[in-house]
Parts: sequence; C-alpha cells; structure tokens
Amino acid sequence: MADATLEIRGVVKDYGADEVVTRVLHGVDLALGRGEFTALMGPSGSGKSTLLNLVGLLDRPTAGRVLVEGQDTGALDERALTRYRGRTVGFIFQFHHLLPEFDALENVMLPMMADRGRLDPSMEECALHLLREVGLDRLARRRPSQLSGGQQQRVAVARALAMGPKLVLADEPTGNLDTHSADEVFALLREFNRRAGVTFLVVTHDPRLADRCDRIVELVDGRIVADRPNRRET
Amino acid sequence: MPFEVFVALRFLREGRTQTALILAGATVGVAVIIFITALIGGLQSTLVDKTLSSQPHLTFKRPERIARVLPPAGDEAISAVVEKAPERARSIEQWPRVLALVRATPGIVAAAPTAAGSAFATRAEVSKSVALRGIEAESFDAVIKIRRKMVAGQLRVQGTEVVIGVALAEDLGLGVGDKLRLTTAEGRGDVFTVSGIFDFGDQNVNQRWVLVSLRAAQTLLDLEAGITTIEAKAADPFRAAALADELGPRTALDVDSWMTLNAQLLTALRSQNASALMIQSFVVIAVALGIASVLGVSVIQKSRQIGILKATGTSTGTVVRVFLAEGALVGIAGSLAGCLLGAGMSWAFAVLVKNPYGESLFPVELGPGVFLLASGVAVATSIAASVAPAVHAARLEPAVVIRYG
Repeated sequence: MADATLEIRGVVKDYGADEVVTRVLHGVDLALGRGEFTALMGPSGSGKSTLLNLVGLLDRPTAGRVLVEGQDTGALDERALTRYRGRTVGFIFQFHHLLPEFDALENVMLPMMADRGRLDPSMEECALHLLREVGLDRLARRRPSQLSGGQQQRVAVARALAMGPKLVLADEPTGNLDTHSADEVFALLREFNRRAGVTFLVVTHDPRLADRCDRIVELVDGRIVADRPNRRET
Repeated sequence: MPFEVFVALRFLREGRTQTALILAGATVGVAVIIFITALIGGLQSTLVDKTLSSQPHLTFKRPERIARVLPPAGDEAISAVVEKAPERARSIEQWPRVLALVRATPGIVAAAPTAAGSAFATRAEVSKSVALRGIEAESFDAVIKIRRKMVAGQLRVQGTEVVIGVALAEDLGLGVGDKLRLTTAEGRGDVFTVSGIFDFGDQNVNQRWVLVSLRAAQTLLDLEAGITTIEAKAADPFRAAALADELGPRTALDVDSWMTLNAQLLTALRSQNASALMIQSFVVIAVALGIASVLGVSVIQKSRQIGILKATGTSTGTVVRVFLAEGALVGIAGSLAGCLLGAGMSWAFAVLVKNPYGESLFPVELGPGVFLLASGVAVATSIAASVAPAVHAARLEPAVVIRYG
C-alpha cells in the first residue's frame, strides 16, 4: 500500500532463549492506510499484544520489517525510536495506563514533557484543551485513583492524542469498562479518527465494537487468518 | 522545571514512607558527620588549649656543651668514658639579634626573652623550691596568655615586684602586697613584693612558677645581661614542629616545639581523628546502602510506571536521570535537615554537658566548612547510591513491564 501509515512485512517474533523458544508471530504482513480504523481480533495468546508492541516499537521483531510512513524502523537507534514513540504513536492500554503519581492533567502532559525535556506553562493549556475534548476538564486535578474506570480511560485517550500522533494503538481500550462507558470511549476514538484522520489499530475481544470499525483483522496462533473490510457506516 | 526533576518529585511525594525513610537516613548521616566533627574538633582544641595554656609553642635554648674525646696522636686505639659536665645556666649569645630574627620569621606571632633558673622562695621559716623566670610582662603575655589567668593583683614585674601562683601563695600564706624572699643556691637573694597571683589550673605551675622582671632574674642568676631561653608563639600551633626545624639551623640554638614535648598527646589526637574518620566513613556507607536498597525496591515497584514513561516517549537516559534526581533531591533535603539537626545536637551537647565549674566541656567548633563538607558528601553519596537502581530501571523493557508489570 503506497499511502500506508504503517506497514509490517514478514514479521516474526520469538520469546525466550536457548532451548525453550516460543514463536509468537509467524511472518505477519499488514498495512494500515491513513485514517483507517482497524480492529485486531483473536483469541488470547494469539499474539495481538505482541504485534501491538512491535508496531509501537516498544519491542523489536526477531525477523521482518516494520515501516512507518515508508521509513524502516529497524535502522533507527534508541534515541530515534524514543522520539518516534513520543511523536508518532499514541498508546492506550487496557489496565494500568495512567501514572498514579500524576493527576489527570499531568498524565496528559506526560508525552509533551517527555518530548521537550522540561515543564512548560503552554503544555498545561494544551492538556486542558484535550481534557475538555474528552469532557474531563473539571476533573483535571484528580488523581487516577479518584476517577472511575471510564474517566481514567478517557484521560488515557487524551494522553495518547497529546502529541498529535499519526497512529494510535489501543490494547483492549474498553476491556474492563461497563457497556455504557465502553461505548462512550469508543465513540471518542472514532470521533478523533474522523476529525483528525488519525490511524487507529484497536485490539478488542468485543465483536460489537469490532463491528463499528472500518476493517477487521483476525490473528490466530501468530498468523493472520482473516482481513476483511467492514463497510457498515456508523 | 526539568522533566526528570518533576517526575522524581512526584515519585518521592507518592512513596511517602520510603521517602521518609531515606530522608531520615540522609539526615541522620549528615547530622552524625557534623556532630562528630564538632565533638572531636571541640575536644581537641580544648585539649590543645589546656596543654598550651602554660607552654610556649617553641622554646629556644643554647645547645648543651658536649665533651669530645681528643683523637690521640698516632694509630693507637683508646677507650674513653665521656662524662657530661654539669652546666650552669648560660646565656644565649647576642640574644637581641636572635630575638629579632625569630620575631621576623613568618608564622611566628610573638617571641619573648626569659631568664630562667631555680631558686628558693622563703617567708618566715617556710621555704619552697621554685622555678624562677625573669620576664618582660608584655612580651611574655603575648606568648603565654597569663593576664587572663590572674586571680588577684595584676601582671606587673617592675623593680622588686613578683607574680606567683595560687598554690605557692597558699603554701606561704601570701597575698598581694606581702613580702617574699627569693634566694638562689649560690646565695644571692633579694626581697620581693607580691604584685599579682595567677591560676593556670595546673598544680605544678601554680606551685612552682615565680615571675620577676628580667633584670632581677639576671642579677639573681648571675647572667649579667643575658637570657637563657627565647619562647615563641606560632600562628598555627600545629606548624610549631616545622618552624622548629626551620629555625634551629638559622639560630644555631636547640629548638623544642610543644609537639615534640607532647608527642603522646599528638598521637592521641591523631588516633582520635582516625577513629572519627572511620565512624564517619561507616555512617556514609550505611546511609548509602540504605538509600540504594530503598530506591532499588522502588524501581521494582515502579516497573509499570517506567514502562508507561518509556511508551510515552521518555528516553532511557531520562529514566536514568529520574532516579539520579531522586537521589540528589534526597541528598539535598537530607543535607539541609541534617545540618540543622547536627548543629542542634552540637549546641545541646555544649549547653547540657558541663564540667563542675559550669564551663562547657565541649566548645562548639562549627565552621561553614563542616556543613559544606557534610552536605557535599551526602549529596554525592545519595547520587552514587541511586546509580545502581537507575541502571536497573533503564534496563527494563517497556513491552515486558507493561504486559506483566
């Protein structure tokens, strides 16, 4: 795909060393177009999270290539990888996603501070704006422990978007939320996708949510077994 | 504010108990270093002051005459027994010139000529053997601070005035204005009037020292216009031995420093310093181990946070610096608290611990140097102790800790 935000080619990932080597991914090929909202499904242990970590460059593949906007990331050094993670990719995790030591506002500011290396008054304004977008500006000074699960996940969404990333990776972002909160968070993701043209790759177990995505990719035992467009308008 | 410091502050604020523990460790460490330094410094200067109160730093004497064996004519070997000749007090040759030379030497703050010998102090039928010293009041006081030791009358030795110690005054039943006869073994003698009484806190000095004018002592000891010793005070008492070595050859006199005469005291001071240093070193090591272990545990507890930091674009170097900053912040805060605690402990000790006379046993000696040194050691130790935890944190793989953390 020429206009791919992200492309992976023949990616293999092994875990373990010496005699006991577990192959989690067996040569996966996948390309995500700009602005595409893709669901990644599959039973647990199929390698979804591993794939997400490789795409987010939290981990390096054993073999194969990961390209972001045509740039081969295998050649990047540690510094460039860090900058790439901070500026190009936003992460939303299922659990343990916010720093408990920081309040909501500071959590949203985290990627900006990490990028600039220091605190800046303008960051606060920017982060507050993002919190307003997810409807939490009045709870900006609350700690994660003082927020509900849905509110926490909305803070995480705001944080993932803080640096204006091209790609957002979400690992079961609604996995431990009730249906109502899950719908809210999901709607938020789709809104940002539509408004800013951000590419999303969302791992989910929930067929109801997957059905609201543009494309559904199924992973079983480290291999892609299905990859179909889902043209149902939402 | 740098990002690293911001994260470090948040981590420290959140880990309340741990932060309190390592802060307490650093504080106590700094306080102990300051307290021990003040204690040893105070005790040592008290000891040195006491020792030096009635002793000059340097004493110049004419070299003793040494009997030599005359080499016999020819090759025959001889065996000789050399006996030391008994010596009478002899004057230092050209002493005003030597005195000027000593006074002009850098590092010497004062020098005084004295004519010393032994005599008997007699009143009615009671007679005591005493150490007669002919002095000039001004120069003698500059070398040995006697004026502040006067308990009656004043330091004045003009004409036939004499200044004696409290013990001798008591033995002979003398007060200021009373008469006293001084006689040497050769039979020369005169009657003197007591003008002042001193108390050096040293029984030997209080009983034996009898101070008269230089002129009177010269007459009694038959020295004509000569003197037997030059006594000098060094700016730094601990440079006395070096000054003695330097001035010996230049004056062609025997020079003794208080340091050679009190070698045992100096050995004691040195071993005290060594043991203080050892205690301080072990305190530093214990504090360092404490900080390292607490921070080490906190790194493991914060694995997940480290993963999140890395996933949101924080570099490995920044993660390392977060933990180094934690160490530095603990070191700085601990130093401030420790300086206060150490100064407080020293002050309390100085105020509470007193000798039977109500004087402080422990004059506090706290210069800014002690605080700077202890703080510097604490900050350096805290940072050094956080290196291992920081490196451990840097090695954490974000993917692994996010999934399993």
